[in-house]
Amino acid sequence: MIRDITIGQYYPSNSFIHQLDSRFKIMASFLFIISLFLVNDFYQYIPVVLFIVLTVKISKVPFKYILKGLKPILLILIFAFGINIFLTPGEIVFSIWILDITREGLYQAFFMMLRLIFLITGTSLLTLTTSPIMLTDGLERLLNPFKKIGLPAHELAMMMTIALRFIPTLLQETDKIMKAQMARGADFESGNIIKRAKSLIPLLVPLFISAFRRADELAMAMEARCYRGGENRTRLKVLAYTKKDIIGAIFVFLYISMIIIVKVYL
Amino acid sequence: MIKIQQVGYTYETSEYKSIAIEMIDLHVEKGDFVAVIGHNGSGKSTLAKLINGILLPTEGNVFVAGMNTKDDKLIWEIRKTAGMVFQNPDNQIVATVVEEDVAFGPENLGLPQFMIRERVDSALAQVGMSEHMKKPPYLLSGGQKQRVAIAGILAMKPDCIVLDEPTAMLDPVGRKEVMETIEKLNRDENITVIHITHFMEEAIKAKRVVVIEEGKVIIDGTPNEVFKEVAKLQDMGLDVPQVTLMAYHLRNSGINIKEDILTVEEMVEEICQLL
Repeated sequence: MIRDITIGQYYPSNSFIHQLDSRFKIMASFLFIISLFLVNDFYQYIPVVLFIVLTVKISKVPFKYILKGLKPILLILIFAFGINIFLTPGEIVFSIWILDITREGLYQAFFMMLRLIFLITGTSLLTLTTSPIMLTDGLERLLNPFKKIGLPAHELAMMMTIALRFIPTLLQETDKIMKAQMARGADFESGNIIKRAKSLIPLLVPLFISAFRRADELAMAMEARCYRGGENRTRLKVLAYTKKDIIGAIFVFLYISMIIIVKVYL
Repeated sequence: MIKIQQVGYTYETSEYKSIAIEMIDLHVEKGDFVAVIGHNGSGKSTLAKLINGILLPTEGNVFVAGMNTKDDKLIWEIRKTAGMVFQNPDNQIVATVVEEDVAFGPENLGLPQFMIRERVDSALAQVGMSEHMKKPPYLLSGGQKQRVAIAGILAMKPDCIVLDEPTAMLDPVGRKEVMETIEKLNRDENITVIHITHFMEEAIKAKRVVVIEEGKVIIDGTPNEVFKEVAKLQDMGLDVPQVTLMAYHLRNSGINIKEDILTVEEMVEEICQLL
């Protein structure tokens, strides 16, 4: 059960989008998020939908895969929908018990839900088409200019890399500890929520202790391999913009222009 | 290559004090293959960390290729010269892809990109892991992970490798893979190897064996010389290779057999001559 968790959910492929520079993709995602908040009417979603459908098609990531990414936020979606539909003041369409559903509320609820769905699908495309290393690398390079004001760009990226590196290791270990406890009669599956949460304590304690020990050893091993922070460090793979990124930039530019045109003239 | 001069090391906190190394004097020549054996808590791991400059001696000096580990300015040069492989393969792999991990050392040295590529490729070839270059480390077996860790050190082009019980957490297959890799590096690349282990079968592969007990060198010599001392080793609670033990017992029961037999082949030959 534990093995099913895929973090970062990278979908390996060799599509045009996959080959784009990760820095460009991070920036494009940012622009996309901003554009979503510029939209303030339903018809303005037309370019957004066009953009998402087109990028997904080019990325060769199956639509089913992207929809799967919506599952974890289903609860948030429903919650946001409920809040909006009941708490927006305006012309009452009908009421259930003490709750009033307004025309504005309905409008707002659907509008917000679409915004959230587009937000998740659009940004999940970034993690789906960029390998974790490229992503952290891109982030480090993008944050580099902020080093001057004291932002630890390299350290942040290194922490992310190590976290990604140890997720599978710690999952395997959790599995092992769980089995060891189960072999000695521990029960993780029955009882109510509180009882089940309590039964996790004997699992978490050894896991944490071992994680700290690992951290200690890893730090020593890193120092033994001459690690002394980001200063003077070179990289095996250096990110470089290519012609593809220019094409990508034109594409994003067209999209943003479309949003603006739709907003101003329609 | 490595000079350990009258070194002592004491772990000291406010509550307790424990002497890990009482007094060790040890010189290792370039190209040598030294196995360090001893009990748990005999100070052998501490010794390894002293060579790499992770720990600094509380008494005496450690020199790596003429550089004192106490010299702050030389510490990175020392760590580059004497690379270190640790016991747990999982806790020394940094990156999410094999080749990225091997590149970690050279990246820290600030080498140009093309040189890193070259070193990563050759280091992976030396340990026979080239085909797994793009894999995430958690999909590898223990022996493979440990070979990746060795490649990570090799990519820094060290003159000496210190291995701190690299096979302790591996299965027999993994152990064999790693041992073969170490032997090959010593033989073909003339890399000085200091191999800390508690497997006697691994120690006999070395050119020199150093036995440590309570922070002191007890026996030091070629494997044949060291394992002759069966009684002494057994007194310390250390194992002796099975064949050597057999020879020892045969000798004690009055059979005139050589006492420094280490391998089955030698034993077969010796017995055939007796018959």
